[in-house]
Amino acid sequence: MSVKVRIPTPLRPLAGGRDQVQVAGATVRAVLENLEKECPGIRSRLCDERGELRRFVNLFLNDEDVRHLGGLDFPVQEGDVLSIVPAIAGGAQRCAAGPPCR
Amino acid sequence: MLILDGNTERSMKEQAEGGYPREVCGLLLGRFEDRRQVRQVSEAHAAGNLNQDRSGDRYDMDPTDYLRIENAGRARGLEVVGVYHSHPDHPSRPSETDRQRAEEIWQAAESWSYLILEVASGRLVSLRSWVLREGAFREEEVRILPISH
Repeated sequence: MSVKVRIPTPLRPLAGGRDQVQVAGATVRAVLENLEKECPGIRSRLCDERGELRRFVNLFLNDEDVRHLGGLDFPVQEGDVLSIVPAIAGGAQRCAAGPPCR
Repeated sequence: MLILDGNTERSMKEQAEGGYPREVCGLLLGRFEDRRQVRQVSEAHAAGNLNQDRSGDRYDMDPTDYLRIENAGRARGLEVVGVYHSHPDHPSRPSETDRQRAEEIWQAAESWSYLILEVASGRLVSLRSWVLREGAFREEEVRILPISH
């Protein structure tokens, strides 16, 4: 099985500047393991020490959020597109005196 | 340095003022130049703020909007070169929340610009841009080119 992995701008230096990489694998997890071989260092940006997706990383298999599909063990199909999407957040943090707002 | 034209500035101004008193957010599409030290912005695209509870001082960008905007840019040879959001009735400097969340995305996001629009009583009063360097935000120069017709 071969899928196209789309790399977001901030991670492209790890992919030699490429915006997409063709990677083999039967599941999303296997694809990420093989992506690491193509782009050393990228897996630790996506997964924690237990091998699970980091909180601030989203993966979309075609148009579906992988978390909604059941997670990293979801099977992929030939020709699928796996997109890495950062969870972007922030804000003014306007709060009265006291401990910092989180 | 961040370079944008007057049309893009006006588009973000309208989004920020129209969204007041809620925070608005979006992505800057364009091109990196000069070894990624310069971000040349072509377009500013609004994204949804999923934070319903504290939309006055927080934003969580809708990841499906990120995907849609990035793909639209890719088709035209444009990259995501930065992120923008508004600070309603708050200065246009990054908060600790902004810093933590930017750093948590990935340290590699150092190549992005983080543009903040201060909106006071519904009017844009300042626009400043920041870059993440070794865990801290530093202000960068913003060059606004004349509006093209």
